[in-house]
Amino acid sequence: MAKHAWKEKAIRLLLRVSASTSILIVILIFVFLGKEATPFVVEPGIDELCSTRWMPVSFQKESFGIVPLVTGSLLVTGLATLISVPFGVCAAVYIAEVAAPWEREILKPVIELLAGIPSVVIGFFGLLVLAPLVKLLFGLPSGLTALTGALLLALMAVPTVISISEDAIRSVPESYKSASLALGASKLQTVWKVTVPAALSGIIAAVMLGMGRVIGETMAVMMVTGNAAIITASPLESVRTMTATIAAEMGEVPFGSDHYRALFCVGITLLLATFTINMVAQGVLKKHRIG
Amino acid sequence: MPVVTPEPDLKQLEPKVRVENLNFWYGATQALHGITMDIPARQVTALIGPSGCGKSTFLRTLNRMNDLIDETRLEGKVLIHEEDIYADRVDVVALRKRVGMVFQKSNPFPKTIFDNVAYGPRIHGVRNQEKLAEIVERSLIRAALWDEVKDRLHISALELSGGQQQRLCIARALAVDPEILLMDEPASALDPRSTARIEDLIGELRRLYTIIIVTHNMQQASRVSNVTAFFYEGRLVEYGPTKRIFTQPRKKQTEDYITGRFG
Ligand SMILES: Nc1ncnc2c1ncn2[C@@H]1O[C@H](COP(=O)(O)OP(=O)(O)O)[C@@H](O)[C@H]1O
Ligand SMILES: [Mg+2]
Repeated sequence: MAKHAWKEKAIRLLLRVSASTSILIVILIFVFLGKEATPFVVEPGIDELCSTRWMPVSFQKESFGIVPLVTGSLLVTGLATLISVPFGVCAAVYIAEVAAPWEREILKPVIELLAGIPSVVIGFFGLLVLAPLVKLLFGLPSGLTALTGALLLALMAVPTVISISEDAIRSVPESYKSASLALGASKLQTVWKVTVPAALSGIIAAVMLGMGRVIGETMAVMMVTGNAAIITASPLESVRTMTATIAAEMGEVPFGSDHYRALFCVGITLLLATFTINMVAQGVLKKHRIG
Repeated sequence: MPVVTPEPDLKQLEPKVRVENLNFWYGATQALHGITMDIPARQVTALIGPSGCGKSTFLRTLNRMNDLIDETRLEGKVLIHEEDIYADRVDVVALRKRVGMVFQKSNPFPKTIFDNVAYGPRIHGVRNQEKLAEIVERSLIRAALWDEVKDRLHISALELSGGQQQRLCIARALAVDPEILLMDEPASALDPRSTARIEDLIGELRRLYTIIIVTHNMQQASRVSNVTAFFYEGRLVEYGPTKRIFTQPRKKQTEDYITGRFG
């Protein structure tokens, strides 16, 4: 092979490698997690993971079923999405299309400020304000429930959802709105039937980013969900999420034990879940881009 | 002295829109000065004049689209069927249903062809699918687009060519059954062939609607309109039958403009 061609090839390879660094990092994470997790799949077996009890420390028989952790995460994240999306989108529409300029001047920075509050602080707010409120409202023995966690997560996702949706809504061409208004549509009809659909891909991106912040969130959820590893669909029960489990138990687990490896399995599950959500969101995004 | 050919008397045509001493301001800048004119029903009225003379502004006063611009002010009267559209009680939504508008740059929604045309009727409460389909078909036929799109009504409107998009916008405006159609340089962004199609279309539509079209293309004005109004610096300089305006302008400014000495 000529020296020149070889050089060319090397440069191309280098470029490709640097361009796909992010992919590489993701793969590395998978590999690393996989390396720690696979012995568990071999020894206690995948059946153990699919069982319904998470009881990593026990005098009789330890149990490493991640199902309650997965359902816990799903419940909290799903509820948080259900709460934050309508609220965030409506607020974005208000700020972008209805609010007077002076209102926008006040609202935007306040919302951005909200996005910057550390999650521990939000967790304290949850403990001191939200949990007692949930307890009182629903007459529960404890306010540490999935709902409390979801409300907190929604609080954390909403600023992201608002500010990115608002950008998307404001970047809808004025000509669409004029066309709608000139047909006799009211301002509100124009917003819901033209502006929001036209901004949909941006709004979906906003929701994705908001959820991205929420699904990996650990601190605040750990503080307010009560951390009972049970399988439930009720928002008023205490649940334990995957993130909270890893954060709470990783520090004390003996290196190389079954428990240690099970936690890595939880990590991989979390990663796969994030991946799936992203993929689905991308699919929706693609479908709507054509309009 | 040239022999004055007899011309159709504007006064004998039924007026659709009467504009009386209309003044319009953007902030402190006056854009229209004392416009008074009767626009005849079921004719094509062309508004011509150099860029910035107030043609678009005038057009937008007829469906109150200027209301959407902050800090504007209007004095005088615009009557449609003897009804002052700037009176306190006027329902702007109903007004805009009667006075359709086609914009300079085609602006279909990022929706399907069908949903674009059905948008107006849906807004105004038509829910029945068959009825909607019927309206969509009729509007697309009137806009001379039906044959080209009838097999693909459910593709995105943005996949159409520029000329087709503009005809789609015309169909969309027709779908709410307006009496008056305002067109602001509807062909200025199109190639000659698409322009010709739009001009033919305007010829067809004249039988059904009162059309007011802004253009800065002299040939276009003379081809498509029967009445022409020449605007200059926010004033209506000359107004009359198109043929007369183009053959025997009475004002020096009109003559200079149509012979291409400025503009
Ligand atoms: N939205 C606006 N705000 C302020 N001034 C405007 C606006 N639109 C038009 N004008 C001004 O009003 C005058 C008439 O403009 P326009 O009606 O667009 O003219 P034409 O359509 O004949 O080119 C111009 O001087 C223009 O700068
Ligand atoms: Mg103009």
